[in-house]
Order: sequence, then structure tokens, then C-alpha cells
Amino acid sequence: MSAAEEVVAEGHQAVEAVPKRAMTLGTGTSLVVLAALLVVPMFVKNFIIFQMTMLLIYGLAVLALNILTGGSGQFSLGQSAFYAVGAYTSAVLMEHANVNYALTIPISAAICFGFGYLFGKPALRLSGVYLALATFALATAMPQLLKLNFLEHWTGGVQGLVVTKPDAPFGLPMSQDMWLYYFTLAVTIAIYIFSVNLLRSRSGRAFMAIRDNEIAASSMGVNVALYKTLAFGVSAGITGVAGSLGAIAVQFVAPDSYTITLAISLFLGMVVGGVGWLPGSFVGAAFIIFVPNMAESISKGLSGAVFGVLLFLVIYLVPHGARQVAVLGQQLVGKLRKN
Amino acid sequence: MELFTNQVLAGIATGAIYACMALAVVMIYQAIDHLNFAQGEMAMFSTFISWQLMQWGLSYWAAFLMTLAFSFVAGIAIERILFKPLAKAPVLTNVAGFIALFAIINSSAGLIWDFTIKQYPTPFGSSPFLGSQLISTHQAGMIGVTVLLLLGLYFFFQYTRIGLAMRAAASVPESARLVGINTSWMIALGWGMATAIGSIAGMLIAPVVFLEPNMMGGVLIYGFAAAVLGGLSSPFGAVVGGFLVGVFENLAGTYIPGVGNELKLPIALALIISVLVVKPAGLFGRHIVKRV
Repeated sequence: MSAAEEVVAEGHQAVEAVPKRAMTLGTGTSLVVLAALLVVPMFVKNFIIFQMTMLLIYGLAVLALNILTGGSGQFSLGQSAFYAVGAYTSAVLMEHANVNYALTIPISAAICFGFGYLFGKPALRLSGVYLALATFALATAMPQLLKLNFLEHWTGGVQGLVVTKPDAPFGLPMSQDMWLYYFTLAVTIAIYIFSVNLLRSRSGRAFMAIRDNEIAASSMGVNVALYKTLAFGVSAGITGVAGSLGAIAVQFVAPDSYTITLAISLFLGMVVGGVGWLPGSFVGAAFIIFVPNMAESISKGLSGAVFGVLLFLVIYLVPHGARQVAVLGQQLVGKLRKN
Repeated sequence: MELFTNQVLAGIATGAIYACMALAVVMIYQAIDHLNFAQGEMAMFSTFISWQLMQWGLSYWAAFLMTLAFSFVAGIAIERILFKPLAKAPVLTNVAGFIALFAIINSSAGLIWDFTIKQYPTPFGSSPFLGSQLISTHQAGMIGVTVLLLLGLYFFFQYTRIGLAMRAAASVPESARLVGINTSWMIALGWGMATAIGSIAGMLIAPVVFLEPNMMGGVLIYGFAAAVLGGLSSPFGAVVGGFLVGVFENLAGTYIPGVGNELKLPIALALIISVLVVKPAGLFGRHIVKRV
């Protein structure tokens, strides 16, 4: 099958086009958000710091999906698999090889990049719904792969592994939670800057060209196969980092924490945050962390339904997610200033 | 050799379930060009309805028929209310919609009937079939129902006006509209039929896996694998694919060392990916070529 046939067989466009400028926040807003993220933990309880850490971690995972889907126009319902690989890499290295937690993060980024790149190879031939299907199957199969008998010595089988939480280094007067928060924040900022620059670079333009029109992109000399697999690799690598951080923060990894539900949550976070809007990833992460808690407090066992109904509302009312809300807000402020 | 025949027969029996699921998946795919990720949950919900009806004292077959009717109407209602407005939306939005539906149905079933495992009756009994130890009457019944279903669908699509109209609406919507076919309602009808077929699959499999809100997870993946193997555009292919996948699963479990119950889902994954990579149109699917 030639490349041309594949693209048009989709019928609809996979993802709506997002202009490059609309993908990030302005400098001023970014600085305000950053300041808030730096200062707030000093005034709140440990549990809230922990939740903010999880927010950043899920935000990273959603960001990774956003690069893949919003950037290069490919689907994935299988991000939980990459997240699991990252988490297990860190846990196994820390518990069996006594590697320093900070060192495990680049290692799991590299391993997940390789895994994602390899998975991207067969996924190259798939698009739209087929890709969603293949990644869906990957996410469903992952917990069973982790429970395999011959891996049990390292992975701990069904029971999983307990991970030790690191202390603050250099005798800093900080609780473990707070140190972990700042550590995560540093990693998040680094990855965020990397992602923004990636999308502004030559590679980022290639991703977007593929997303908007694959045939046009390939006729302009973009190596479609290379950039599609690369997008998968980068996305998996970042998800792996999120997984590592998640394992360290939660202090525990087990196969059943990385089911299809996690993949669906991440996908949901992307839709809510706005596909292709990087800051939206963190809005989406806040949604997937806090909304289930609120739904649970309304009625136990109903959180799935509340999730679903909210997702439908987002699809119908604000199809561009948080980005649309942000743009509306911006316009409103602009109008007020004129008056 | 006897082990082999045994496993093949058992595989055909489980394959019947996958075939039903795949048939439902293909029906919706034909109508709207999307895979319904909520198909399994819809089937599960229908099965719970039939269980509830039986708890209220209805006989099996009365509950069966009422559930079919309910599923048909519910499928149409879901299409009309939730998915018709998304017809022109990008694929991403549709996938999000299916996932939302999945979450809603799964969680409300858990809320209404809770997550404890329930026994589900079989109308065929579970004694050995025709005195043979190889398959039970329930398994034979499943195979029979699947074959009947396929024959029924074949006659419906081949020899009725409305079946013809549905085929026309699926293959060339513009021309179909020009000759006066209401293509939008044909899609709704496809949803209704797919939901009804899914409910049959659910009611057939419930005696085997027991009734609970998460019972369809693995089955749906195998249904997808079967549909992909047979070709997403061919109902006949879906059924053949279902039986093949069932046999393959059982043989792999028996003869490949280390593949027990625990590797069942990874096998489905491997199957889906290899079919999509080697022969994306499946065994019986049509290659769709469009003008650029």
C-alpha cells in the first residue's frame, strides 16, 4: 500500500490543525504561573504538596501525549504502557541495583524512548482509528506482561515493588514531600522548555506538517516515517520520565496501577486541556486528579459516570478544551481594557 | 491427537463469542467508519438488563427477546442523541465520545448492580453435547446461534430492500441520498442492530465468564482482533475471524510453553498488530482506495 492510499483512507482528518503560535503561553503569564508554583508549597500542608507533585507528573504525561497527538496527529490510547515501563525501570533500578533515584530518570527516558520508537515502527502503517486500536490493545496487555512469571524476580509479580522515598540532599531543611515537589518541578520545567522548543524547531514543523497533510509534507521533503516514529519515541520518553517520578512519589509500583484506566485518564486530560495546547496539559492533569475525588464525594462508584458526562460536555460545548476557555478570557480582558 | 481436536473444538466454542462481538464491531464500523470502544460495555449492560428481567420472574426466552428489543432501541437512541452531532467531527473527538460512553455505562452498571460476580443461566444446559465429552451443549448452542445470526444477517443484507439501502448508504452515501435513501437513519439502524447483536454476545458469554461490570474487557479486545483479522468491512470475515482467533488462542495456550491464561491479552495484542502490519485489510476485507 502506498503512503497516499493510507492517508486518504481515513476519511476525516484525525486531529484539527492548531497554529504554532497558539500552542504555548506568553512570557508574562508563564512567569506568573512559575512564581505561583515555586511559592505555594511553602504555605500548604504535606498532603497538598503531594497532590501538586502528582499534578506535575500527570501534567508531564499528558504533555507527552499532546506532543504526539496535537503535534504529529497520531493517536495513542496506550500511554499507560509507557508510563508503566518508566515506573518499573526506576523501581527496579532503585531497589535491585541501588541506583540513585535522580539517575534512574534519564535511564528510563532512554529506555522508553527506545520502546516508543520501536512501537512506532509498526504503528507507522496505521492511522486514525487503527492506531487507536493498536495502542488500546497495548495498554490492555501491559499489566499482564508485567505479571509474567520469568520477570517476577525483578518486578515482584502481582505484589509489585515498594520504592524508598528519597530525602532532601545537602541537609536542606525540607520534608521529603517538599523536596520531591521541587525536584519534580525542576524536571517538569526542563521538559516543558524542551517541548516548546521542539515544536518550534525544524522537527516540530515537520510534525505539524505531517499532522495537517501527510502527502503535502512528504512532497515537501519531510521524512514522514522518521518523524512519525520520532514523535512516538519522544512522547514515550517523556511519559517514561513521568512514570519514574510517579513511582518515586507514590513509593509503590504494581501491574494493576497501570491499566487501561490510566491511559484513558491521560487521553481525557489531553481533550479537556485542549489538543495541541501545551499549558493545557496541566489543566487537564488537574481535571483528572481532582474531579474523580469530587465525584467520589458526591456518590461512591459514580466517578466513572461523572467523568464520562463531563467529557461529553467538553466535546459539545468547548471542543478545544481549556485553550478555548483561555482564549475567551483573553478576549474578555482585551475588551475591558479598551473601555 | 485427541488433545488437539479437543482444543480446536473448545476454540471454536469460545470463537463463537468473539465472532458475535466482532460482528457487532463490524456493523458499526460499516455504518460510521469508527470502532466502537464502548461496544463491550453496551453488551454488558444489556446482559444485566436480561438478568434483572429474569430476577423479576420472566422466563429466559421472554427476557432474551425483551433485551434484544431494548438494546435495539437503546442503540438507536445513543446514536441519535450522542453521536449524530459528532458525525463531521475529527476522529479524535469521536474516540473521546466512545471512551466517555464506556466510562458512563461501566460505572452506572456498577452502581445499579454492584461489582459482585453473578451466576447467569444458560438455556442450553451444560451437559455433554451428543454424548461427546468434547464440548458442552451450551458451547454447541453458542456456535449454533452465531451461525444462525450470520445467516440471518446475510439474508437481511442480500434480499431485503432495507438491507440493500443500508449497504448503499454505507458504501456511497452521496449517491444513496440521491436515490432517496435516508442515510442518516440507516446509520441509526446500524447502531441498533449492532447493539442487539452485542447483547446476544453478552448473554451467550455471561454463563461462561459470569456476570459483572468488567466482564467484557478481554472479550472486546478479542472481538477487535477477530474483526481486524477477518477484515473490518466484512461481516462474514468477522465471523470467520472470530472462530480463527478462538482456535488460535486455545492452541497457543496448549502448545506454546509459558503461554497460559496470563498471556491471553498479549496474544491478542500481537495478533492485532501483526495483522494490521502484514495485511491491513484483513482476510476478507475490501481495499478502499480513494482519489487524492
